[in-house]
Amino acid sequence: MTDMTLSTPEPRKRRSNWQLLMANRLAAAGLFLFGFIVILAVLAPVLPLPNPDITDQPNRLLPPLADGHLLGTDHLGRDILSRLIWGTQVSLIVGVSATALAAIFGSLIGLVAGYARGATDSILMRFVDMLMAFPYILLAIAIVAALGPGLLNALYAIAIVNIPFFARNIRGVTVSIRNREFVDAARLSGKSHPAILFTEVLPNVLPVIVITMSTTVGWMILETAGLSFLGLGAQPPTSDLGSMLGQARAQLFTAPHASIIPGIMIFLLVMSINLLGDGIRDVLDPRLRSGALDRPMPVTKIARRTKPAATLEDAPALVVDNLSTGFDDGKAITPAVRDISFRLGKGECLGLIGESGSGKSVTALSLMGLVASPPGVITAGGVYVGGREVLCLREQELIGLRGGRVAYVFQDPLTTLHPLFRVGEQIAEAILVHESVGKSEAHRRAIELMDTVGIRDARSRASAYPHELSGGQRQRIGIAMALANDPDIIIADEPTTALDVTVQARILELLQNLRRERGLALLLITHDFGVVAQVCDRVAVMKNGEIVEQGETGAVLRDPQHDYTKRLIACVPELGEGQAFLDRVRPLFVEART
Amino acid sequence: MSDNAVEMRDLVKTFGGGRRLFGRKASEVHAVKGISLDLQRGETLGIVGESGSGKSTLARMLVGLEAPTSGTMQIDGKPWAELAATGSRAFGRTIQYVFQDPVASLNPRKTIGEILDVPLRLLCGYDAGKRASRKKDLVDAVQMPLDTLERFPHEFSGGQAQRIAIARALAAEARILVLDEPVSALDVSVQAQVLLLLQQLRDDLGLSYLFISHDLAVVESISDRVAVMYLGEVVEVGPAARLFAAPQHDYTRALIASAPRLTSPDMA
Repeated sequence: MTDMTLSTPEPRKRRSNWQLLMANRLAAAGLFLFGFIVILAVLAPVLPLPNPDITDQPNRLLPPLADGHLLGTDHLGRDILSRLIWGTQVSLIVGVSATALAAIFGSLIGLVAGYARGATDSILMRFVDMLMAFPYILLAIAIVAALGPGLLNALYAIAIVNIPFFARNIRGVTVSIRNREFVDAARLSGKSHPAILFTEVLPNVLPVIVITMSTTVGWMILETAGLSFLGLGAQPPTSDLGSMLGQARAQLFTAPHASIIPGIMIFLLVMSINLLGDGIRDVLDPRLRSGALDRPMPVTKIARRTKPAATLEDAPALVVDNLSTGFDDGKAITPAVRDISFRLGKGECLGLIGESGSGKSVTALSLMGLVASPPGVITAGGVYVGGREVLCLREQELIGLRGGRVAYVFQDPLTTLHPLFRVGEQIAEAILVHESVGKSEAHRRAIELMDTVGIRDARSRASAYPHELSGGQRQRIGIAMALANDPDIIIADEPTTALDVTVQARILELLQNLRRERGLALLLITHDFGVVAQVCDRVAVMKNGEIVEQGETGAVLRDPQHDYTKRLIACVPELGEGQAFLDRVRPLFVEART
Repeated sequence: MSDNAVEMRDLVKTFGGGRRLFGRKASEVHAVKGISLDLQRGETLGIVGESGSGKSTLARMLVGLEAPTSGTMQIDGKPWAELAATGSRAFGRTIQYVFQDPVASLNPRKTIGEILDVPLRLLCGYDAGKRASRKKDLVDAVQMPLDTLERFPHEFSGGQAQRIAIARALAAEARILVLDEPVSALDVSVQAQVLLLLQQLRDDLGLSYLFISHDLAVVESISDRVAVMYLGEVVEVGPAARLFAAPQHDYTRALIASAPRLTSPDMA
């Protein structure tokens, strides 16, 4: 026991947001470019630049690198470099303030609509829909036309047309957060609705607002430039990137530099902001951060120092030999499962029991190389199916075994069944993947399987969608899919945890019958000693990634050897025991408390 | 004044119904169909039932998170409607709720100290000094270390988070607690510890519990009386020992027969 506590891995260090952002090269490049442009724009008043508004007709349309004018002059002889830097400042200010305005009002609408729901939601969102019904830039032009041209009015127009974008995004997030239990809990703690909205919901929505802002600033700057280009934004002599482009358009062929230079500036600015914005989104979005969007490899990475024997003489259906699996966090491999060994014969049921985090699911997934890689790595040991080591097989062979000779049944069939396909098709598909039979033949066999797993009226139920079935029926479909190719081994990972006890009893009975009739080897993973007692011939108790005790179910339950098993069994309340249970377990925890 | 902490009479809750925008009638779900139950002071009333039996809806109505379609409730001697009219604070002071998923019931962006501060400030109206000392007492009462207050919810395991959620419910100083599947998400050893804690708190503070669970053995271990719910109705109520030893209703018998046991009848 002591060596186990010593080898407990240190908590994984998460990289800071800054480190994550810098690790993304494009985002880092965007950040530096954007930072450089901002510094230039901010320093415009102190840089040794000529006045951007002074015209100098004799020196008009000078090419770049001309004497005293690094980037040349425009059609009125004004210095382009100076106008460019001042213009960038104007564009940045307008773009950022328009984003801020749109974010504030859009988020407010989204928050209120998403939190209040009902009539408030309908009215606010129909208003937003109305805004969205107009073509984007046309609406902005119409607003400017109504308010009169000018930089400030252009800013308002752009802010208004962008409100729907924020409102819709934020409303969606708010709706999902509003239904979380902590919002109810805050209400029971006496908080008023506005207080809940701004102190409980808003902090959780804030990352989304920041992400949305970072991805829209560039777009807003582009729109400001568009309005100015049309002469509706910045009015002469104020320079702004869009108006520079618009005024230089007439000389596009005689003096291309006058329009190309502000064009490049707009490109660099928007590009850098978009790269940075995407980077910020990747850093802040928890789903992307957890690597959920990383494409896992088809088979878990296998890095075994020693290769086990390729075949095993007279082995039972499944042999697991010193299997170890860990998770690679880039620096070190944190072990999740260590030196697991067990054997499972034909027609036998082995229960793998343990508390959350004990590594039972990782064990189950490791057997067929289904642990997501990265970060999963199988570091040692072998898995023998019918005497043949499977982890050394070629990728295609191993994939062929899955659902073929070894099938899985998972905890929640609602998440493992595809919601858009009829259940009959899904079972037929499981058959078609492994066998080349006709579609109608596969369908016929699917209905047969549904019969086998006890679904009444299988022919008509085959055309039902998963959501039309009850939890127990869905699990039966899950079992039917597992049976589709006459497997030798079924690995059931908490198959009844999501079900009611009466349904659980029937599903366990079904698994028992199938095991007897078909001689299946069943590996049942569960946290429930009651289920083990009912179904399993043998049981293996897992703790911290290791099997601490293994033996015949009756023997282990009656006379557990390991302290951990003893304690675990003692903590299970027995029906009929009543309040004596608490008196019985109290001594177990007294020493721990003091 | 009656002896009952909670009295429910002919309680009905129907979801849906009403008319849609174009006059179509939306479909109705009868979650709770005419329930009458009493919770005596200092008693633990267990409510068992399977998913969809309406136990959570019942609980949410009791604490004012849902309004009943019809029927009356008396909570701590006060009519439900009166409490509802005075607002959520009146409810919070009388009756509190412990959620099934402890981690989801704690705002991930607030420290435990901030979370516990809210009921003490809004429901009890304590000043800062009193709140600080109460928070320490609460954390101590649920057997958690003192540095808990500065930490965030994600730093705790399920069992620890449930202790914190219980501390928050206790903070309001309500005498009635509705516990909605408080140990279902926990491992067995943690489950036993939380049950022990709940029992001790009840005896020390004289609380009344409405304990909802689908696990018969768990309900039996902590309840004085048990009510069995099936499809929105209470099919059987009785003292825990009697109800499990000699169930009257068919559904109760089916539930008891289905419950997995460590010792199968032939082994014992």
